[in-house]
Amino acid sequence: MSITAKNIVKRFGSFTALDDVTLEVGGGQLVAVLGPSGSGKSTLLRIIAGLELPDSGTVLYHDEEVTDSHVRERNVGFVFQHYALFRHMNVFENIAFGLRVRRWPKDKVEHRVNELIQLVQLEGLGRSLPSQLSGGQRQRVALARALAPSPKVLLLDEPFGALDAKVRTELRQWLRRLHEEIHVTSVFVTHDQEEAFEVADQVVIMNHGKIEQVGEPGEIFEHPANPFVMDFLGDVNVFHGRVEGGRVMLGDLAVDYPDQPHQEGRTAKAFVRSHELEIARSWNGRGSALKAEVVQVNPSRGVVKIRLISADFGLALNVDVAWDRFADLRLSVGDHVYVAPRRVRVFVEDYAI
Amino acid sequence: MLDVNRRILPGFGLSLGYTLLYMNLLVLIPITVLAVKASQLSWPEFSEAVFNERAIAAYQLTMGASFLAALVNLVIGLLIAWVLVRYRFPGKQIFDALVDLPFALPTAVAGLVYSSLYVKKGWLGQFLVPLGFQGSYSRTAVVLVLIFVSFPFVVRTVQPVIEDLDADVEEAAACLGANRLQTFTRVILPTILSALITGFALAFARAIGEYGSVVFVSGNMPYKTEIAPVLVVSNLEAFQYKQAAAVAVALLVLSFSALLAINVLERWSRRRYV
Amino acid sequence: MSDSTSGRRPLAPRGEAARSLTPPLADARPAAVRPESAADAAPLRVGAGTKSRRGAEDPAIVRWTLIALAFLAMTILVVIPLANVFYEAFAKGVGTYWDNLYNDPDTLSAIFMTLKVAPMAVALNVVFGFAAAWAIARFRFPGRALLTSLIDLPFAVSPVVAGLLFVLLFGLQGLFGQWLREVDVKIIFAWPGLVLATTFVTFPIVARELIPLMEATGSDEEVAAVSLGARWWQLLSRVTLPNVKWGILYGVILCNARAMGEFGAVAVVSGRITGQTDTMPLRVEKLFQEYNLPGAFAVASVLTLLALITLVIKVTLEWRTRRELEEASRLRTLRSEA
Repeated sequence: MSITAKNIVKRFGSFTALDDVTLEVGGGQLVAVLGPSGSGKSTLLRIIAGLELPDSGTVLYHDEEVTDSHVRERNVGFVFQHYALFRHMNVFENIAFGLRVRRWPKDKVEHRVNELIQLVQLEGLGRSLPSQLSGGQRQRVALARALAPSPKVLLLDEPFGALDAKVRTELRQWLRRLHEEIHVTSVFVTHDQEEAFEVADQVVIMNHGKIEQVGEPGEIFEHPANPFVMDFLGDVNVFHGRVEGGRVMLGDLAVDYPDQPHQEGRTAKAFVRSHELEIARSWNGRGSALKAEVVQVNPSRGVVKIRLISADFGLALNVDVAWDRFADLRLSVGDHVYVAPRRVRVFVEDYAI
Repeated sequence: MLDVNRRILPGFGLSLGYTLLYMNLLVLIPITVLAVKASQLSWPEFSEAVFNERAIAAYQLTMGASFLAALVNLVIGLLIAWVLVRYRFPGKQIFDALVDLPFALPTAVAGLVYSSLYVKKGWLGQFLVPLGFQGSYSRTAVVLVLIFVSFPFVVRTVQPVIEDLDADVEEAAACLGANRLQTFTRVILPTILSALITGFALAFARAIGEYGSVVFVSGNMPYKTEIAPVLVVSNLEAFQYKQAAAVAVALLVLSFSALLAINVLERWSRRRYV
Repeated sequence: MSDSTSGRRPLAPRGEAARSLTPPLADARPAAVRPESAADAAPLRVGAGTKSRRGAEDPAIVRWTLIALAFLAMTILVVIPLANVFYEAFAKGVGTYWDNLYNDPDTLSAIFMTLKVAPMAVALNVVFGFAAAWAIARFRFPGRALLTSLIDLPFAVSPVVAGLLFVLLFGLQGLFGQWLREVDVKIIFAWPGLVLATTFVTFPIVARELIPLMEATGSDEEVAAVSLGARWWQLLSRVTLPNVKWGILYGVILCNARAMGEFGAVAVVSGRITGQTDTMPLRVEKLFQEYNLPGAFAVASVLTLLALITLVIKVTLEWRTRRELEEASRLRTLRSEA
């Protein structure tokens, strides 16, 4: 079941939460909507669910327009950040709720609930009250509850936002596997890019009520559509400079940039990810490099994070160095090194402004 | 931290000593004297004072009318609390403030007004009496005035709980296909149940002890419209101090049991969900 | 009995204080913790009559039916009686109304008796309430929970029984009756008895306001003041009292309303001697028994007016404490974010 949200506009007073947003989610996909808080991502999800009415625009499930149908008729599974479990009901009753209000016969309810308890791996906890469960377990109950009536779509609003880091990682891998098993069209909202990129087939990046980019995780990472996406993905160094004659001039640094062959100069921002900067003890003159001083060395998982200051350029740089490269370089605070980008993404600023 | 305070902050001995002294003089010693006085009766005397036919009729009326009044308040109180928390309408602030009027208004005034409203020529009685609704000098009158007197309890205990209800939970129910009525009976009502019970019990306990307003409206006819506190007064007026004390002890036991029940219920509900 | 240190206050005769304290504290979670949901930004449009499909909203027809029912209930229960008091009081004209109040010496004496008894009861309970709150909210000692519960005890005692207690102690046949007669002191059937009975009935009110308030404010400021060398009177006048002054005022207002309106307890101890031991509520009953309804309603209208004034002050105070608490929590949030 595919979902289409067309030209959605939603205002709260003078605040525009969604500004003509159009989104298509293919059937069976798992899509992450990623954005900073206030970007409108939750509102979009709630409009898709029917918990909120758009000021204009339409919502389609498959080809059927549901914009005007009530949330309880849409048959959506919705998972809330803070679980929203019924605290006076035990796990079994929570999961059974959607079936009981549909007046399923008792034996079928029992069968279906047990099936779901198994699916979310909560065997033996059917009689527990939500207050007796851990956060991760509660969210799994919430998920099972949402899935019980076999919803057409599954919508998750920051589903792991209230959990601590370790449980969060486990749960999102589990969600990925679960989705591969049941293949229900799913949209989940998050502000955590690692989560979005790890779990989703498609990532939608939103900002200020607009969609900035839609694509597969790798595609977005490799080809960010604009400075916002680049910046939002993080771990990035920003250079301000000029583009002219097929080159980007960033102070001492000049990098080839064939996309902009025009002679007249334009101000531009260049983005270099921290792992796309090369550090060297000496420079042989091939291409250009910045001189910089090491001010901080932070070993971390996978890489060593080096913080440098380029005195000439007045710029702080973050560079990720692989551990074996770090061992070769034997860097320590106070060392003078050369830094050169392996890859630069340039966004030329508009004259329009 | 609070233990350390004793070494830092002044006045522990003085404030605790004064509190204990004041409480003993004003409350504990008088209640003890009451118990002693009642115990001076032999068991047959006590039983005659407390369980005679007239007294039993009075207890029945007190309990029954209080229970009915609390029950009506359960419904009205829930309705008003819900409307006050969930909806916006003109005059809401005044509405909210007026809920407390029965607490602020002297019970004698309540009794006086209710005695004039439901008589044949009264503002409401002119419509109700022809329908056979005797809202004055009757048991109905007792219930009516008790409803007024204990009315704010349910509203004020349920209101904060409704305020704290999580909108997500109701949305979750809606997503799962529940209509509003199902959401209310299956999700909201169980959540506010313990507050409802508390409010009910408080209203009930208050109604049991009420005297001022009832004497105006009931007519105080023995066996018919006489409530238990009136028994105490009539014993007193007959200079039967021990008998008065005995009935008073019975009344105390009644209201203490009600309060004990509240406490047990509260603990039970708190342990269950939190 | 319940342990009011737990924050729940089942015995409060009025739940207002709990209300005035709880909602702002509940709202005090920092904005960052709140789930990013449109509901936060959305203005409540419940009564606006827009079509609502939000899961947590009632359909318009339900909404308006319930509002109408609530108004109906309030009108019958509260508004009509309120209007009726003033209508009946003025039914025979303003002149008669004035006569009933001002030119009836017995009514005047009842008014003065109430004005004498109520403030005394309030004063006694304020001192007690503060002492009890200081002991309970600032220190930990064995029996603290029991003491807190015992403070509620008078609420569980029927007013008539409360009056009886003092008759049994100080009445002619009472425990100290003989002795009092010898030293020629009258308590029962005289104003001291009225004060005692009224004090008993209103006993818990101020303490119940102050204990949770002082627990909420905490002792940090006081400990800081002592460590800076403040003596006890400086502590009291510069730190503690300013912090709880609105709470005390709130307690005074509630206590006073109840004290002026008390009927059952004073009826038992006063002996109802017209022109001597009648308070206003007792005078209302006497005039009612004498079939002087305009007179009874005239006195009742004064009491009703006082009740309305009490409500206005109460609402103002709640509004103020709510704002102060919001301000305090905002400052706390700012500080923790900084």
